[in-house]
Amino acid sequence: MSDTTINVLYFAWMREHTGTASEQISLPDDVRNVAALVPFLAKRSDGHALALKNMKAVRVAVNRTYGDLDSAIAPNDEIAFFPPVTGG
Amino acid sequence: MAVRVQSEDFDVGAESRALQGPAVGAIALFVGTVRSLSDDDDVTAMTLEHYPGMTEQEITRIETEARNRWPLIDVTIIHRIGRLVAGEQIVLVAVSSAHRQAAFDAAQYIMDFLKTDAPFWKAEERGDTITWVDARQSDNDAHKRWD
Repeated sequence: MSDTTINVLYFAWMREHTGTASEQISLPDDVRNVAALVPFLAKRSDGHALALKNMKAVRVAVNRTYGDLDSAIAPNDEIAFFPPVTGG
Repeated sequence: MAVRVQSEDFDVGAESRALQGPAVGAIALFVGTVRSLSDDDDVTAMTLEHYPGMTEQEITRIETEARNRWPLIDVTIIHRIGRLVAGEQIVLVAVSSAHRQAAFDAAQYIMDFLKTDAPFWKAEERGDTITWVDARQSDNDAHKRWD
């Protein structure tokens, strides 16, 4: 991974909607937090737009730690989007 | 301590015996299983997906919190992934301590937070239909009692 990309992961129905479990994204200069990343990713496909439509139904982790829309993003980060968890 | 995420089944008796020791006076065990009756429909199987790396990290964090709250001697947490049919074991939380209250309470605490924080997702099979399970508000409420 080059130093200007991030790795984005999707789980459960978000993976099915986006059609991918992970993708490397070149991080635009003006995207430096999750709130800015979401609309950027939503433009990638109709499936992405559907998956990211309701962020209240989605949780986000930055480098494997829970975050939120305000969480900062830097190159080389691993950003994961997933539905509320249902283990146990 | 042990946190294991695996597709294989586990032996509750063996895991319980592994926690025995001279200072142990109580071992609390919780086993979660695949229920076939759900919302009045027959669930034949479910598939569990998780976030490798984050899952182990989150469960370890929950365990550490539990150890900070109660005088625990040892903790074993096993969560299965992959396809499981009705009746199979999904999760084991086993906690040992000198006295029963700490073991009971810590096992409940760990399960409550595992339900809301550990990144696992269940897809249920009913015949040919597969649906992702929705998170339950009751699970979100359950961990508020520890605030």
